[in-house]
Amino acid sequence: MIYDHSRKGRRATAQAPLEKPELTGIPAEMVRTSRPNLPEVSEMQAVRHFTRLSQKNFSIDTHFYPLGSCTMKYNPRACNTLASLPGLKSRHPLAPDTHSQGFMACLHDLQEILKNVTGMHAVSLSPAAGAQGEFAGVAMIRAYHDARGDDQRSEILVPDAAHGTNPASAVMCGYKTREIPTGADGDIDVEALREALGPQTAGIMLTNPSTVGVFERRIKEIASMVHEAGGLLYYDGANLNAILGKVRPGDMGFDVIHMNLHKTFSTPHGGGGPGAGPVGVSERLEPYLPVPMVDYDGQDYRWLTEKDQPNTIGRLSAFAGNAGVLLRAYVYARLLGREGMHRVAEFSTLNANYLLKRLMEAGFDAAYPERRASHEFILTLKKQAKDLDVNTMDFAKRMLDYGVHAPTTYFPLLVPECLLIEPTESEAKEELDQFVEIMRTIKQEAENQPDLVKQAPHTMPVKRLDDVRAARELDLAYKAED
Amino acid sequence: MPFIPHTEDDIQEMLATIGVDSIDDLFDEIPTELRCGELQEIPPGLPEMEVASLMQSRARTDGEPVCFIGAGAYDHHIPAAVWELTTRGEFYTAYTPYQAEASQGTLQLLYEFQSMMTGLTAMDVSNASLYDGASALAEAVLMAVRGNRKSKSKRILLPANLHPHYRRVAHSIVRNQKIELVEVAYDKSTGQVDMADLEKHAGEDYAALVIPQPNFFGVLEQTDALTDWAHQNGMLAIAVVNPLAMSLLKPAGEWGGQGADICCGEGQPLGAPLASGGPYFGFLCCTDKLVRQMPGRIIGKTVDMDGKPGYALTLQAREQHIRRSKATSNICTNQGLMVTAATIHMSIMGAEGLQRVAATSHANTQKLSQALSSLPGVEPLFSGAVFHEQVMKLPIETANALGMLAADDVLGGFDLQDDYPELGNAVLVCATELRSDDDIENYRGKLERVIQSQAQTLSQ
Repeated sequence: MIYDHSRKGRRATAQAPLEKPELTGIPAEMVRTSRPNLPEVSEMQAVRHFTRLSQKNFSIDTHFYPLGSCTMKYNPRACNTLASLPGLKSRHPLAPDTHSQGFMACLHDLQEILKNVTGMHAVSLSPAAGAQGEFAGVAMIRAYHDARGDDQRSEILVPDAAHGTNPASAVMCGYKTREIPTGADGDIDVEALREALGPQTAGIMLTNPSTVGVFERRIKEIASMVHEAGGLLYYDGANLNAILGKVRPGDMGFDVIHMNLHKTFSTPHGGGGPGAGPVGVSERLEPYLPVPMVDYDGQDYRWLTEKDQPNTIGRLSAFAGNAGVLLRAYVYARLLGREGMHRVAEFSTLNANYLLKRLMEAGFDAAYPERRASHEFILTLKKQAKDLDVNTMDFAKRMLDYGVHAPTTYFPLLVPECLLIEPTESEAKEELDQFVEIMRTIKQEAENQPDLVKQAPHTMPVKRLDDVRAARELDLAYKAED
Repeated sequence: MPFIPHTEDDIQEMLATIGVDSIDDLFDEIPTELRCGELQEIPPGLPEMEVASLMQSRARTDGEPVCFIGAGAYDHHIPAAVWELTTRGEFYTAYTPYQAEASQGTLQLLYEFQSMMTGLTAMDVSNASLYDGASALAEAVLMAVRGNRKSKSKRILLPANLHPHYRRVAHSIVRNQKIELVEVAYDKSTGQVDMADLEKHAGEDYAALVIPQPNFFGVLEQTDALTDWAHQNGMLAIAVVNPLAMSLLKPAGEWGGQGADICCGEGQPLGAPLASGGPYFGFLCCTDKLVRQMPGRIIGKTVDMDGKPGYALTLQAREQHIRRSKATSNICTNQGLMVTAATIHMSIMGAEGLQRVAATSHANTQKLSQALSSLPGVEPLFSGAVFHEQVMKLPIETANALGMLAADDVLGGFDLQDDYPELGNAVLVCATELRSDDDIENYRGKLERVIQSQAQTLSQ
């Protein structure tokens, strides 16, 4: 703990102003009398402490990180360096347009690139994360129906394999959700969908390729069915990496989409954010896009606000969303260019299909063996769990000992004992081969020394943690002893 | 190929293993009529040096004017070590700590962040952050509606002197759940919440009263009285605070007899650069009683199989990946990297450092206010005590004045004309610890010339 290095009265930093001026204008009863409980450490102690903490993390820069649905690909350093240039880093969010043309040019270019690569009519960059993009998307669906006086639509359809954020976002927009089952081949059960559709349907939220790692082949048919029922289609961009430059959500018939720039456009995940979740829409939803957006008249850039977009669903953050993340994504898009975007889908798909094939050869079961993998795929360890009493969590924890971050476990919920594996395009063949060897080794261990796997990890800073105690005896903050 | 390591041999070998002839065959499940062609409108890829030169020229275009705008984003010094450490790959390129054993660095850091935020606000618990201050307020509102069991109304009292963007964001986020935000007027002479207007709502059913400290005008509120009033009327008290101000001012957990119930705000003053408005981070703290209503990630300290201390995500039964449609919020992650910066920032600055920054910013704003007040027709508009921002009345039209100052590379403040037209020619100014006496004198001199030139134009 940083507090362990703290000693009362230690002042060993050069960063604060030299003096603390008297508070002349503030009434005494408003002034703090207790001293805030913050650590008092030297700059070197802080640097050493946080450097050591960083070394307790797995990260893309240090480990293979095939976390399905999260697109843990390489984050080019140029994106960080160029987004942090002095003029960009010090720009105040409320600076006048005269001092913002360079920044706004980047945002406008990015809006145009995202429009083109997704086939949507208009884009707003303002949502701060994927979940906020989802919220914005569903709120626009609602605003659209409301504006037409079509207000009996109360339900959003969500596949049973959907990310948990989908139903949670729909509920935040005041909708009920209804689950649609997935068929045995991994595609959505179209007959069940047909039965669920009706005058109460506001829309459907889909991920394509879906969260089970396959392309929804009947998407055009699904789109016409939903549209005929008067509903709209929402595209969750979690898996956009799989189809970048190959097929566009706009062409599939989606009315509104969000993109996760921290996945497809390679901005850093930062230990869990910040991300960015821009939304794109078809023409009929354009009036409802969240503000602000950037407009260009051929000469000057300017902000579009509530004044220009009176029907907007409104503002989602105090300023223009996670601007620094948008700049990083923009640099990435310019480095890749149009041919680089195609390659993202091609090589992430090549890596996934290669890895799947090799793992099947090594004796692992694919959840959908008859299907082509997209940029990710699912293994099910049902057999191992039954025969060896070693489950997916045990496999996942043992992988950490071999220096690989575990894939996503137990998601989607409908496949038992599953591992969702997404290698991304930035991994070399030899890294994938090594992963196969690790899986093979763990399988042998599970057969011969199951306790070794069930007790794993053995080499991490801690062993398996007591989650029950964490929730029952809540300790959420360090309390000073005096 | 940028960022793709495959050689031609690799590709052929991989295709042979899969049993297809070309990469294109891997897309054979996508109906051909859906396949898109070349993305003609997207420019071709550029080498790093050309993108660098493009970005440098755009950054230069925007210049580096001297900034006296605050209005929710503040220009503070950030210790060099903060971002040196934060951009280490192990922090920068890790993800949400789903595998706790391989993420103890991030998890312990978040626990330390929660500890520091509770220290700063004097609240019981903190979550691991939200998107920004405005969305944190929206989540606090939702939390109050869930958490105030006595209230049935889904109504919240929101003062008009709270940041106008925060009010709009809260409205965008909660309105579809039929929650009503009812405005409370501000006192035209002090700039504080108008107690008489507030009193009109006494005895009515509201889930919470929102209390800003300082408010959007930079003015300090009577937080003890407001908190007690809320509690007497069966409402929760939601504090919206500047975290830097908390180092110096009475913290939300000590307001009134019982303290605020929820405390949220914008974390930017703790180590995040201005950077056009984000990424920043929102913080959200509350009393022990409300912890299960809290949205977002929360880290708990626990032990491992050997009894060794460790850190883990906890109370996950509140979250969307477990509860789906019944979750407390749709929020999936936090602003991890910004919190990393804030935790390092607070560690290096300590309480003493933050207090010096806060007190110097307060003193500089006083100096600025006095310097500008020496000009004819310029004076503070409100009588209430301020933290580090002040509303100044100008003798000339504000858009013109600010435009002319900006042309001279001084960003002279935030124009209140659009949001508060009733205030006339009013500008919200801020001078943090980074504005020197010369900067302040420079601003005064330039404003003097602007006022003179306007007077001449008028007299012609």
